[in-house]
Amino acid sequence: MGRIAELLRALGTRVINHWVWRLGFATRFLLLTLKHSGPSFRRFYLTVREIYFAGVLSLIIILVSGLFVGMVLGLQGYDTLARYGSSEALGVLVSLSLVRELGPVVAALLFASRAGSAITAEIGLMKATEQLDAMEMMAVDPIARVIAPRFWGGVLSMPLLAALFSAMGVFGGYLVGVRLIGVDEGSFWSQMQAAVDFREDIVNGVIKSFVFGVAITWIAVFEGYDAPPTAEGVSRATTRTVVISSLAVLALDFVLTAMMFRGL
Amino acid sequence: MMTRKELDLWVGIFVVIGMGALLFLSLKVANLASFSGADSYQIRAKFDNIGGLKVRAPVKVAGVVVGRVSEIHFDNETFEAVVTLSLDSRYQFPKDSSAKILTSGLLGEQYIGLSAGGDVANLKSGDTLKITQSAVVLENLIGQFLYSKAAEGGDKGNETKK
Repeated sequence: MGRIAELLRALGTRVINHWVWRLGFATRFLLLTLKHSGPSFRRFYLTVREIYFAGVLSLIIILVSGLFVGMVLGLQGYDTLARYGSSEALGVLVSLSLVRELGPVVAALLFASRAGSAITAEIGLMKATEQLDAMEMMAVDPIARVIAPRFWGGVLSMPLLAALFSAMGVFGGYLVGVRLIGVDEGSFWSQMQAAVDFREDIVNGVIKSFVFGVAITWIAVFEGYDAPPTAEGVSRATTRTVVISSLAVLALDFVLTAMMFRGL
Repeated sequence: MMTRKELDLWVGIFVVIGMGALLFLSLKVANLASFSGADSYQIRAKFDNIGGLKVRAPVKVAGVVVGRVSEIHFDNETFEAVVTLSLDSRYQFPKDSSAKILTSGLLGEQYIGLSAGGDVANLKSGDTLKITQSAVVLENLIGQFLYSKAAEGGDKGNETKK
């Protein structure tokens, strides 16, 4: 009996301390970040700098993977569609799968591992080397000066990166489908244009990537801020950022897709 | 460390190509350019059966897209489907035009084909089309075919008996 009670108590402590308490702290932290977001827009230079680190430096990985994902979709899609004699629908397949799902989701996963981990590591190290405390000593609010610009830089970059990923993917699908395999160029584009809806597909894709951007950068700045100020703590926080934000992106994607395309 | 000017330049380039990608997706992939800002008027058509017609399906006249289906609902009084068509106001059609539900290709998407009538007055917003032809339901078609075959076979059987 005593052992079971002990076990239950340990489990409860773990759940409360590791999940409930941290979730509450993370929410308070997000609200605090939003409240202190004024300077990141008034002194927009702070945010521009973070857009450079989160967005511009992620460009290469996003563009290259977008191109390859699109080319693979072109090859695989053609193979299947040709069996049903409708290889002209390749444009529809490539563009819809990219704009609705792969663009926002894969770009978000890449963004989480490229930019999210960097944000966590940077903030975690600033905390470990007591830079954040030093700022507080100089009456500079670290949330307004360090956290909020990184948060907004990531949130603003994410939709642009997802759009670039999708556009590159469509281009990749065009290269393989039309240039390499020889699908008719006219029906490739016209069927695509007839099937893809601006409101339903493009705008929903942008909304998705915006939500993913908020989730990833929120997790990244929080994990960095909450990291134990040791080398091990920072490295663990960085790993956690990538794991948690990837899971969050996939789970959110399911919820958003259910709301957007099934009308739940 | 980069200077502020260089940083601004790179972020500017990033935002420009990001916006360019969005523009490419909206214009080239989704074809936003046609039928978005253009003025349109609404007319209605009632069908016994709309088959697989969906909202945003094209409305075509002589094969040219002149509008889209904006709404489909069921009328519980007459037990008919009421389809609202949103037509580009550049195109005007006579009052006695008729609407058909057609299929592009064998397994393609269904769309509405309008045929112009001969009336001098044109359709106005809110009008209802009088003459409509429902979607062809494949099962009914096969049923009719089998029925007529069976009837034929029956006739032949009678003839040989004579």
